[in-house]
Amino acid sequence: MTILVIAEHDNKVLAPATLNTVAAAAKIGGDIHVLVAGQGAGAVAEAAAKVAGVSKVLLADNAAYAHQLPENVAPLVAELGASYSHILAAATSNGKNILPRVAAQLDVDQISEIVSVESADTFKRPIYAGNAIATVQSTAAVKVITVRATGFDPVVAEGGSAAVEAVAAVHNAGTSSFVGEELAKSDRPELTAAKIVVSGGRGMQNGDNFKHLYALADKLGAAVGASRAAVDAGFVPNDMQVGQTGKIVAPQLYIAVGISGAIQHLAGMKDSKVIVAINKDEEAPIFQVADYGLVADLFEAVPELSGSL
Amino acid sequence: MKVLVAVKRVVDYNVKVRVKADNCGVDLANVKMSMNPFCEIAVEEAVRLKEKGIATEIVVICVGPSTAQEQLRTALALGADRAVLVESAEELTSLAVAKLLKAVVDKEQPQLVILGKQAIDSDNNQTGQMLAALTGYGQGTFASKVEVSGDSVAVTREIDGGAQTVSLKLPAIVTTDLRLNEPRYASLPNIMKAKKKPLEVLTPDALGVSTASTNKTVKVEAPAARSAGIKVKSVAELVEKLKNEAKVI
Repeated sequence: MTILVIAEHDNKVLAPATLNTVAAAAKIGGDIHVLVAGQGAGAVAEAAAKVAGVSKVLLADNAAYAHQLPENVAPLVAELGASYSHILAAATSNGKNILPRVAAQLDVDQISEIVSVESADTFKRPIYAGNAIATVQSTAAVKVITVRATGFDPVVAEGGSAAVEAVAAVHNAGTSSFVGEELAKSDRPELTAAKIVVSGGRGMQNGDNFKHLYALADKLGAAVGASRAAVDAGFVPNDMQVGQTGKIVAPQLYIAVGISGAIQHLAGMKDSKVIVAINKDEEAPIFQVADYGLVADLFEAVPELSGSL
Repeated sequence: MKVLVAVKRVVDYNVKVRVKADNCGVDLANVKMSMNPFCEIAVEEAVRLKEKGIATEIVVICVGPSTAQEQLRTALALGADRAVLVESAEELTSLAVAKLLKAVVDKEQPQLVILGKQAIDSDNNQTGQMLAALTGYGQGTFASKVEVSGDSVAVTREIDGGAQTVSLKLPAIVTTDLRLNEPRYASLPNIMKAKKKPLEVLTPDALGVSTASTNKTVKVEAPAARSAGIKVKSVAELVEKLKNEAKVI
């Protein structure tokens, strides 16, 4: 059994989610190869070669793969992946974009966002916004799977010494092209990898008030998230959204401030180790999942909390 | 140009689902069903393209049980011109649905196919991408903005770090993200008119598509319940608990 893991990267740095994906691959068992498809991504391949448990790195370096357009990358993955037992990618926006296209090209069903490996062909994944856990068995010759990063502890990024092998295959479908991108800038830890997350909802009232959460987050070394209500109201950009349709987080500590706790929000954070809710409505559903609840006005409680740390 | 929109009948997003006692699935008997929220956004986008004079005809398609005609009528009331139901009583995988949609795309030859980014029941997020692979078209997934100009479409996509814009040659596949638009409500006169719009019923057999699957759901369980928490009285008590009891700060 040999497993192909698709590296998540920006052509410069190997994204941490790759380490969680390799961890899932290690649970399946067998040789682990990592594919780095990009342009000028040599440093990423070097980093992937050092990851514990990886036995080979395939580097497909070509302008066609520069922005990981699925029309070009998916045929490459399908071509290389056909001889593997499993193809794994992180359930990031990139992994979700590319992998189903690979699965369809290989004519197999995909298993999305697994949270545990039961055996080499059986996996668990949440359905219905995390309100049920399905155990799915695959009879496919090549099992195509996306991995929810929060379900697996990352493997060590150092210590390995895999060989890097260049892949010459070039696929350029010519049906799509990259126009541009706008990335939100932040000095705080990345939301999906942070140990502590502080999130605000509609109760924050406006974007300016998020400064209270930023102050608290900086004291705690935390990332700042938001509910869909806060994003839709324009308080914060959408990449801060935690939930079924946003990011899935499972930090050590999740502090929900002014968030009622709708099913769709809980889907994104209810695997957090400790959940704290600060809300002035004591009937808010968030209190049903919170380990520690504080019924209080957030505009008094949050500054007081920041001040006492 | 012709726009094809795929919709799915799912449990209403406000329903708290229950897992069946025999662990074979979730209990869907007597539960409110609705159009998947992302599909509503897909229908809305198609209707807006028609209002702008870009789309000339909107065909809405659903793969599902006969009761899914309700969701197709809803889409017709929102502004779709005609509907196609590919009737299948059993739950199909995303790949099977994508193959059925491909067969209809071959028949209808739309310039743009719009789907939701994921269905809130299976949470797969696969069908649009798979349809794109089967047709060989470009894909603009998780779209927050769609602009058609000439023979291409510019799609702004929500990605992990922000937003990305790609340009796709038509025909193309687009999957909608929540922020693409705010779906309208169907008015009563439009609901009445929708009853007269054409609705064609097909079967997988008639389309010559095999819906065999390589995946099997072995078991469905309720997630591990969180143990009940406590309410603290003050910020000081909260900090004390987090430091000494939970030891997370």
